[in-house]
Amino acid sequence: MENYLSLFETYNVPEAFWVNIQLSFWAAIWALIIGTVLALFRISPIPSLQWFGAAYVNIFRNTPLTIILAFGFLGLFSVMQINLAGELDVSLFRIAIVGLSLYHAAFVCEAIRSGVNTVPIGQAEAARAIGLSFLPAARLIILPQAFRGAIAPLGNVLIALIKNSTVAAAGSVATEASGLMKTMIEFRSDLVIPIFLTFALGFVILVIPIGLLTTWASRKLAVAR
Amino acid sequence: MTSEPRPATPASTGSPLVSLKHVNKHFGELHVLRDINLEVARGEVVVVIGPSGSGKSTLCRAINRLETIDDGEITIDGKVLPAEGKALAKLRADVGMVFQSFNLFAHKSILENVTLGPVKVKGMKSGEAKDLAMSLLKRVGVDNQAQKLPAQLSGGQQQRVAIARALAMQPKVMLFDEPTSALDPEMINEVLDAMVSLAKEGMTMIVVTHEMGFARRAADRVIFMADGQIVEQATPEEFFTNPQSERARDFLGKILSH
Repeated sequence: MENYLSLFETYNVPEAFWVNIQLSFWAAIWALIIGTVLALFRISPIPSLQWFGAAYVNIFRNTPLTIILAFGFLGLFSVMQINLAGELDVSLFRIAIVGLSLYHAAFVCEAIRSGVNTVPIGQAEAARAIGLSFLPAARLIILPQAFRGAIAPLGNVLIALIKNSTVAAAGSVATEASGLMKTMIEFRSDLVIPIFLTFALGFVILVIPIGLLTTWASRKLAVAR
Repeated sequence: MTSEPRPATPASTGSPLVSLKHVNKHFGELHVLRDINLEVARGEVVVVIGPSGSGKSTLCRAINRLETIDDGEITIDGKVLPAEGKALAKLRADVGMVFQSFNLFAHKSILENVTLGPVKVKGMKSGEAKDLAMSLLKRVGVDNQAQKLPAQLSGGQQQRVAIARALAMQPKVMLFDEPTSALDPEMINEVLDAMVSLAKEGMTMIVVTHEMGFARRAADRVIFMADGQIVEQATPEEFFTNPQSERARDFLGKILSH
């Protein structure tokens, strides 16, 4: 036990988790923005935008996240010299956020589209009938109802995003939790299983409230019809 | 309610408010609108009846382009219906629509349902829109429900709100697509009464309905459709007492026999 507790003196586990929380937070915001725009494209009356939305979703949803994040580090950062900040670690952190955002935006788009499918077609027809064009109708009538119908699937995307933030190690964000776990296992091979369990438990604690919250919110905010 | 018909507005005076010329539409193989020609004068109340699948709903929805047409021309107040975009939205604002399934905005209060159009489409100030909405809600008898959500109202109340929502745009013409077909029997009359009083105030109306009583009470003209065609048109009196076509006689025989 003393052995185990000594781990926390040597390694700053909460700080590593804090990196994942920050990665997840920013990636969630950007994924929500990009995903909403993509969903608008997919339900828009303009064929080229529909095509773009569909192409984006199919490309990013079907590419492994590891490859996207490795490309961010090796392709964007190393080869193309795209630098998002002065300091190296901040730049890598931001590139990881870009990769996580682009990847999860595809899933956000599909979650919102599933929410749009919960909105009866008559709502859009009524909006058009009073003279609203596509964007105002989407903003005022369709999306507010679609989001409320999409809370549970969006929650699932957020849960996946938090866990997937560990893949940022592939983008050389070595300070995040799974990176620290690897280091700890390397130096404390006597405690492999306790170390595993510690990180597993850490993620469970992070994720469980989100599941509870989205289940509660999707009931609370459901649109009565 | 009196059964006295309103003075019929002759379609020949002035330009027609709504005009359809050689309108055709297909749903795949099915020819749902066959060479439809129709003119509706200002202030005229036209009731469209016919068996299900005759194209009457499609006709109604085509007039504000919720359904596209394959060829022909539809004009509202002299302007050809635009294909898409802002111009279409602008024209739709002049055409009120009441749906079979009410289609009130489910996440907005009754009051917001009525003020949304005037504020967001016409740029009316919210205080002014609220006054307008409350007066319209009062007129259809649901002003005491203004703060509720649509799902908390009965079908008849929801449909009356839908009429108020359409009226709030101060439309030139109102389209009713089977407005009472989704209602429980005891709620049908409250909606029909609102429509009759609207007709008496001189609103131009195109009403697709199965309510023959309404046609008798409020219509200037009855149009009978079957298989995508206008088979017959006449005053309600003429149509119900002396239908000319075999199809209309057959239809009336089926619905008026009990």
